[in-house]
This record gives sequence, C-alpha cells and structure tokens, in this order.
Amino acid sequence: MPLSSFKGGIHPPDKKDLSAQKPITESRPPERVIIPLSQHLGAPAKPVVAVGQSVRKGELIGEPTGFVSAPVHSSVSGKVIAIGEFLNATGKMVPSVVIENDGNEEWTNLKDHPDYMNLSPEEMKGKIRDAGIVGMGGAAFPTVVKLSPPKEKPIDTVILNGAECEPYLTGDYRLMLERPSEVVEGLRILMKVLRVQKGFIGIEDNKPEAVASMKGAVSDDRSMEVCSLPTKYPQGAEKMLIKTITGREVPPRALPMEVRVVVQNIGTAFAVFEAVRFGKPLIERVVTVTGEGIREQKNVLTKIGTLIAHLIGDCGGLQNENMKVISGGPMMGFALSSLDVPVTKGTSGIVVMADDNIVHADSFGPCIRCGRCIDICPMGLMPSMLSIYAEKGLYEGAKEYGLFDCFECGCCAFVCPSKRPIVQLVRLAKSQVKP
Amino acid sequence: MEIIKKPLVVSVSPHIRSEETTARIMWSVSASLLPATVMGAYFFGPRAVGTVALCIIASVLSEHLYQKALKRASTVQDGSAFLTGLLLGLNLPPAVPVYIPVIGSVVAIVVTKQLFGGLGYNIFNPALIGRAFLVMSFPKLMTLWKEPAARFFLLDAQTTATPLGILKEEGAARLMEVFGDKMSMYWHLFIGNRGGSIGETSGLALMMGAAFLFYRRYITWHIPLPFLGTAALIAWIFGGNGRLFSGDPLLHLLSGGMILGACFMATDYVTSPSVRNGQIVFGIGCGFLTMLIRLKGGYPEGVMFAILIMNAFAPLIDRGFQSRVFGSGKK
Repeated sequence: MPLSSFKGGIHPPDKKDLSAQKPITESRPPERVIIPLSQHLGAPAKPVVAVGQSVRKGELIGEPTGFVSAPVHSSVSGKVIAIGEFLNATGKMVPSVVIENDGNEEWTNLKDHPDYMNLSPEEMKGKIRDAGIVGMGGAAFPTVVKLSPPKEKPIDTVILNGAECEPYLTGDYRLMLERPSEVVEGLRILMKVLRVQKGFIGIEDNKPEAVASMKGAVSDDRSMEVCSLPTKYPQGAEKMLIKTITGREVPPRALPMEVRVVVQNIGTAFAVFEAVRFGKPLIERVVTVTGEGIREQKNVLTKIGTLIAHLIGDCGGLQNENMKVISGGPMMGFALSSLDVPVTKGTSGIVVMADDNIVHADSFGPCIRCGRCIDICPMGLMPSMLSIYAEKGLYEGAKEYGLFDCFECGCCAFVCPSKRPIVQLVRLAKSQVKP
Repeated sequence: MEIIKKPLVVSVSPHIRSEETTARIMWSVSASLLPATVMGAYFFGPRAVGTVALCIIASVLSEHLYQKALKRASTVQDGSAFLTGLLLGLNLPPAVPVYIPVIGSVVAIVVTKQLFGGLGYNIFNPALIGRAFLVMSFPKLMTLWKEPAARFFLLDAQTTATPLGILKEEGAARLMEVFGDKMSMYWHLFIGNRGGSIGETSGLALMMGAAFLFYRRYITWHIPLPFLGTAALIAWIFGGNGRLFSGDPLLHLLSGGMILGACFMATDYVTSPSVRNGQIVFGIGCGFLTMLIRLKGGYPEGVMFAILIMNAFAPLIDRGFQSRVFGSGKK
C-alpha cells in the first residue's frame, strides 16, 4: 500500500548506525535506584512504603491518586533508604523513593496467565493499569487512560508506533528485531481491550529489517498490517503517524480518539504483553545509550530508577568533559544539567553529543523570513511569526498564529538559518498566555 | 558518582541544527551574481566595475559605521550589506559620478534597512529604494546609459538609449532597425550587448546565477515564474501596436531589469511573502505592475517600482495566505 505522507517534515542525519547493531543487554545492577513517584503525565503516585522497609522486585511502592495517574513499583529488591524530593531529567524536584539494591533480584509474587488471550478486556485493562504502564515513547501518558475512551468516541484502529523517527534512538528497533512476537502479542491484547478489528504497525522505511521482522511475526493474521512509512521526521508524532497510515487528520488540540484511533509505542506494547502474560509491572525498559560522546554505544535493558551516571559508566563513560547529555532524542529530548537523575518509564535514550556536535544557543540572528520553517512545519503553522511575536513579548499575537497547535517537534529550529531558538520562544509564549 | 568535573552543556531542544546559515545564504546569492557582474564588466568596462565596487564598499561601511555609532555589534560579516551593495551597483548605469553610489548605498542601508530595525525588519528592498531615490533625485544621471564597449551595432554616440527606452519613445520598428533583425536583437539582448544597468543586461549570465540558486534551493519558482509568466502574457496580449495578441513577450522578458528583478530582487526573503501561495500572488502582482508601467506609465521600465509596491503588500499577503493548520477544516 503506497502511503502518502503528511506535509512538511525534515531529514536530519539519523545516526542510528552507532547503536543499531547492538543487541539489547542488561545493565550492571545499580547500587541504588531513585524511583520518582511522578514519571507519568497526570497526578503523582502516593508512596505506600516507609523508610527502612524491605521491598521486593516488582513490589508496589506508590499507588495512583486519580484516573490520570499510574502506580509505581520497585525495580530492585532491597531496602527503602529515603523518600523525598529528588532531581529528575527535566530539571524539576519530584517526590521519589530511594531503594538500596541488595542484589538478590528477589521478585514479588507475579500472577502468570498462559492463556491470557482468554482474559476479558476488563481483566486485561486491570492488569495494564496495575502494572503502571505508561506511554514509553517519551510523553509517558498512562496507557490505561488511552484504553478507556468515552462511550461516544468509538475506536476502530490501533496503531503501534515503530517509526522511531528521532535520530540516534534504536531501542524500539532492537525490540522489533529481537522480540517481534511479544510486540505483536501486545498489539493483539490492545486490540482486544479496545474491541478493535484492525491493527497497524508503522515503521519508517529506513528500517527494512524491522519491517521484515514484524511482518514475520504478524504472519498470516489478517487483522494486523505492517506499514512501511516514508522516512521523515516527525513521522512518529501521533498525528503524523495517523495521517500517514489512515489518512485521517486529528483536529487541532484534540486527541487521536477523535478520529477513532489509539496509538501505542513499540516498547509499550511489549510492556503490555509482559503485564498481561506474566503479571509483570513496568520496572525496566530498553534505553539506547548512544552519541559520539560516549565510549561504547549500547541498547541497555535498564531498571527504572537507575541513575544516568551509572548507565553512562556502564557504557565506558564520556569521551570528554564539557559534553551535552540528552535524555530522549536530539530533536525533542532534554539536555541534562546533572547525571545524577534517574531513568524513568519515559526515558527512550541517552544521547551524548560530542564537543563538535553541540549547538550552542548563545547567539542567534533576526528572522530573515526565508520561509523554510513554514515549508517544513508539519502542523501547517508559521513558526517564524510565532518566534517573532514571542521574542517581542507579544504573546497574544503568537496565539493568533496557532501557538497552542505547536507540539514542539523542533523542525523549524532545525532548519532555521538564523539559528533562532524557535521552540524555546514558543514554550515561553505558551507559559505566558492561556490557551 | 562523580564522573564529570566541568558542567554539562544545557540548552533547549532541538539539539541538532542544519548547516544552513544566514551568512552562507547571503554570500551564495552574492556569488550567484558573479556571472552578471563579469558580463557587466566586459560590456561596460572598468568604470562599471568601479561603480559596483564603490556601492559594495559604501554599503558595508554604512552598515558598520551605523552600528558602531549606536554601539551595536557589527553584522557586516553576515553578507547582507555586501549583497545589497552588489545589487545596487548592478542596478546603476555604468558611468555615474562617484557620489551616486555613495548616496544610494546610504539610503539603502541606513534609511531603508537600519532605521527600520536592521536585517529582517525592513519593509522595502534596500537596493531598490536606494535606486528609486537616485532615479528621482538625479533623473538625468540615472538615465545616462552607456553604449556597450564591445559593440557591433547601435548609435554612434557614446551614450545610448536602452531597448525599452527606444521602444517607448520611437516604437518597435526603430528597435528592429537598430539591431538589424529579430534574431540578432534577441541574441544581443540574451548575451547582454545592449544599453542598460550594469548587471541587468545579460540574460545568459543572470540565468546561470539563478540556476545555481534554484539548485541550492535558495530560491524556488514561486516568485520568478509567475512574475515572468504574467509579464510575458501581458506583453503578448497588450504589447503590440494597437492590436491585441501581437506583442513580443521575449523582447520584454530579455530587456530592462526583468530577469534580475524576478530572480534576484523580488525573491529577497525579507521583503517578499514567506508563504508559498502568497509568493505566487506576489509574483503575479510584480509582473502585472511591471507591464502596466512599461506599457502605460511614464517610465520605460517598471520592474523597480513594481517590486517596491508589492513589497508593501508582502505582510498582508502572508496573512491572507496562511497555510491550513493540520487537522483544521478551514480551506
């Protein structure tokens, strides 16, 4: 099926060859983990353990405090040594539980379900909720919320997002190569929960091995289709992915369910399978540790709460000092100010930029109205005008140019010849006016 | 775990950028005008080279001194003042007194560009305002066209009229007389062997430069094509002697500043619309106004005023032709 893509987008160097051939390996066990109680969009979890208490691997340590919230589990067996505010990757202090790892890897009791496909949709959903699964592509939206659309919004399609359009990242790619049948089972479960007849797996066509691998796993199941997508950033943005695969456009500021679609990430589907099949909570994830500035690029199965410093040490350390370390991909990730922050459920990768790749934001020029940003904006906005209005403090004016339709993919700032910090200006404007 | 001693570099996403820079664009556009400059030098001699050089020096100096006077960082290295000077020079008659390039440059850089806020904020094309100011202040000097030195034809005097001037004053028949026959006229116009501004005469050289800009995607068809197409269409329909559909579009395209204007002046990023559909409208407007002035106006040539008038509409056009927001119903 030839797919017509969305308008705009860019082709940054993908740099995936740094880590694409590295099989997923387990990280060296950390001495301690710092597990934030707020790793997801929505209300933080409430701690249900006390300092000094012993916990086992997979044991509940924080319970959800609302519908849009998620439980949090211990990723090691050991002792709770502190509960308090700790720095996270976005630079905020968040309530977290610190657990000292006793190294015994002693699991809590998990409920196995070999005949999981006979569970009812409601039972499946319960397991997904209890496992604390959130979107693992980066936004960390509680999965169970996406699986609970209101009655008046019927869903007819589930899409697994295997685009992995951010440069450098290869975690989803490795999962699709190494665990294709688990991912497909995850999709099957998601389709059953949503009572949907059609599932798609969208993969950018620069990953033919992943397309072949997933096609093999789907085999002759007619309800699922593997789609090879044009390689173009941000192909993996929900709205763009839905447009490419189904032709439907999610209205501005609406959710995908508006066009009867639910999108889940590859890693999320894998976690869903593990939760429903083995009762396993989300306590570890694949993190791509990569970039020119790290000694050894790896795809690491990492315990949630592992400090990024530990993970980097595990990959041979930094090449040099004065590096830029990014949590997530280089287009939308956060630059870290400290490496003593934990890996969370939404950490897709750690990218270490070498000296000569670092973009310094210290100087930028005026907008010369070349229109490059307008050409490539996947949302059809005029980023040039957003940046000019925001720069002058005219935030209401920025609103007229669709400020809140921008999802900060960064294409505009990537192409800008004047190196204007367009995303930063957009964020500033968003913080100053009401939607 | 202490594995770093120096602080990490922190900035907002995206963390990778394309290699394109404003300076690279400006210097590339300047480079693309090299063939036209060389042809101007060939046809009009050292005096023309001096005029262009003086425009460049005066423009760069104006920008530098203005910014120094206001205790701002000098931006001459971004190449935009150089480009403005070059374009102004290429738009001047070959033999003008030395104060002409200087005055034109100051008007272009200080009045048109810097007083409006510098690069990116000027409403009008600086080089064209510089030229327009000179045309109105020194009408005699600014129409003192020099005969190409490498001449095979034309009047015997040192000064000459431009083909458009002849067309306006004496008609197409006289023009044919001057050039001999139609094919030879087209040929001379194409290589640039005619009276005119230094850089506007050689269609061949300008097309070479434009081809480079298209190849680098520094310009797209959205402005030049509608500009030239509209002008050609109007020239064909209304450009004849009283009869409709008897005009000579090729003559109009190859004479005056049509190609220089359509490919290098109307395409100036700052003063043209940035929305693609808007650019088409802008180009059509430029072509229409150029021909309106050429056929009905007082001046033989209309490219300069056409572009300047459309410059004023660029922000409005951008507003009117905003692209459809993804997922929204409108348009």
